[in-house]
Amino acid sequence: MTQITMMQTVQTIVEGLKDKPGALLPILHGIQNALGYVPPESVGTIAKALNLSRAEVHGVISFYHYFRDHAPGKKTVRICRAESCLAMGGKALESHVKTKLGIDYHETTADGKFSLEAVYCLGNCACSPAIQIDNAVYGRVTAESFNEILTEQSA
Amino acid sequence: MSITVYVPCDSSAVSLGANRVADAIAQEAQKRGVEIVLVRNGSRGMYWLEPMVEVATDKGRIAYGAVKTSDVAGLFDADFLNGGAHALNLGLTEEIPYLKKQQRLTFARVGITNPVSVEDYVAHDGYRGLKNALSYSQADIVKHVTDSGLRGRGGAAFPTGIKWNTVLNTPSEQKYIICNADEGDSGTFSDRMIMEGDPLVLIEGMTIAGIAVGATQGYIYLRIEYPHAYEILNAAIANAYAANYLGENIQGSGKTFHLEVRQGAGAYVCGEETSLMESLEGKRGLVRFKPPLPAISGLFGKPTVVNNVISLASVPVILDKGGEFYRDFGMGRSRGTLPLQLAGNLKHTGLVELAFGATLREVLYDFGGGSATGKPIRAVQVGGPLGSYLSESQFDTPLDYEAFAAIWAVLGHGGIVAFDETVDLAQMAKYSMEFCVEESCGKCTPCRIGSTRGYEVMDEIVAKRDLDKNIPLLRSLCDTMLNGSLCAMGGMTPYPVLSALNHFPEDFGIKAA
Repeated sequence: MTQITMMQTVQTIVEGLKDKPGALLPILHGIQNALGYVPPESVGTIAKALNLSRAEVHGVISFYHYFRDHAPGKKTVRICRAESCLAMGGKALESHVKTKLGIDYHETTADGKFSLEAVYCLGNCACSPAIQIDNAVYGRVTAESFNEILTEQSA
Repeated sequence: MSITVYVPCDSSAVSLGANRVADAIAQEAQKRGVEIVLVRNGSRGMYWLEPMVEVATDKGRIAYGAVKTSDVAGLFDADFLNGGAHALNLGLTEEIPYLKKQQRLTFARVGITNPVSVEDYVAHDGYRGLKNALSYSQADIVKHVTDSGLRGRGGAAFPTGIKWNTVLNTPSEQKYIICNADEGDSGTFSDRMIMEGDPLVLIEGMTIAGIAVGATQGYIYLRIEYPHAYEILNAAIANAYAANYLGENIQGSGKTFHLEVRQGAGAYVCGEETSLMESLEGKRGLVRFKPPLPAISGLFGKPTVVNNVISLASVPVILDKGGEFYRDFGMGRSRGTLPLQLAGNLKHTGLVELAFGATLREVLYDFGGGSATGKPIRAVQVGGPLGSYLSESQFDTPLDYEAFAAIWAVLGHGGIVAFDETVDLAQMAKYSMEFCVEESCGKCTPCRIGSTRGYEVMDEIVAKRDLDKNIPLLRSLCDTMLNGSLCAMGGMTPYPVLSALNHFPEDFGIKAA
């Protein structure tokens, strides 16, 4: 996507949502859904439309774990680090995933396919340990089943 | 005549392959030229049996589980469409003891209906509460909720009726109903199950709340980690609008209520009600000082009801059957039922809705079936990441807000996470501090700095360095966080930390006091 079409996308989303009460989060979600991240270049456009300072908009983006200011890998793997998953071997699964992908949290594989993030609870605690790849949740994940999931998701 | 087959669309069931099983059943039926109606229901909450397939028969619904795609052809061979015998046949769903022993009021329809169908909802006693509410005065609706003894199921257990009454009696042109669906507590998933399995009960509860206090706009603040719930809620809301159960002049009553789902963005602290409102207003999720109470000056400075999903989803049954009906369940000052979530290292994880008063041991063993690994259950964390760790000697505590408070623990949102003997409670305490570092909003010093220092001290303790100095330091730090923090984030992080230290001192390298 060129810089121009990217900024046009941002502009369209901002225009469509700016009159909602409390519009900033819906706008940021709209942009991240469309582009995969919230480009730093969009901060000025958003600030102007909502009559906020750029610092305020940047402050909101940086406050929330979910928003990111750079392009992620094609898919994002999220590992649940919370207690229920820890009770069911989540720690071992976490090391397996990191080794298998060859990256740590907040990093992206060299081929650009997967980014890795931590998450605190997916609400899948009855099927721990759990991971999520984009919107798909997986339960009772083992090292072996993770490898299968990865093959499936790489296709 | 075509046969109805149910395969859950609940995201935990899907995480175990329910979508693939549903596809396989549809394909196999087509291949064999059998006509079936495939309904994607919510989960019954018996997750060790998911994906659990049900078939409607003359005798009632018969369950099969846990079904894998490789079982599907065999199920057809065994004539499962007519309840045929098969190794996975569990008999009549309603007769499964785990389900039969429960008292499902809030979860009465979950797993039974098509979640997004208004028609199905009404056919299963839905919107009877709203119908009654529309014939009552606002004060009478609030009175039913007050009489029911319902207390906030999000964790704080504040009486819902009192909150509603404050909003009702605060004059304003605009008021709001907010549903706190930022179910960030680890080990909890009852909100998610309602939103995916019976979203209309939440919509009805919010509509009743709106009519009761005079609010015409509602928001469901939903955590981003629940994409399935987002889709299902939006579909249900659209259907409710189409059937005139939302919008203007609801069912010809002249009442208006609009509802919108807003997504959070991965901040645990936004489950705190004032931080949530900041987030809804489009700001950083910083906790506000109280007072003013949200009921007087909440969202955009207007009187606002903020209730948890389960609180609001319990309102329809209260208005349908009356406050006294609900109040007759429970013990002491904990009235009604609590949907418990059995998680972690248990054989039979899932959703268990019971009247308050059962003991933790009954829930862990009679329902949970003991640990999944077969080893003794050593520790249990109740009430999410800010809840205390309990040891075996405390398992006979009844599930009641006051009984838990008396042992310096919390029931919270009803999440129960079990650990076997492989758990290291010092590591868990360190993790609690780390979680607070990650999730603190940063507004108050005890939480922001305290958690970082706490993590460092726990790092020393885990390495068994200078315990004589570090254990008292940890206690002192926890004291500051407990008494000096602005909200429960910093104020309750000491619960898991100190309970781990007090009940499992050997893991910290010290002898019991």
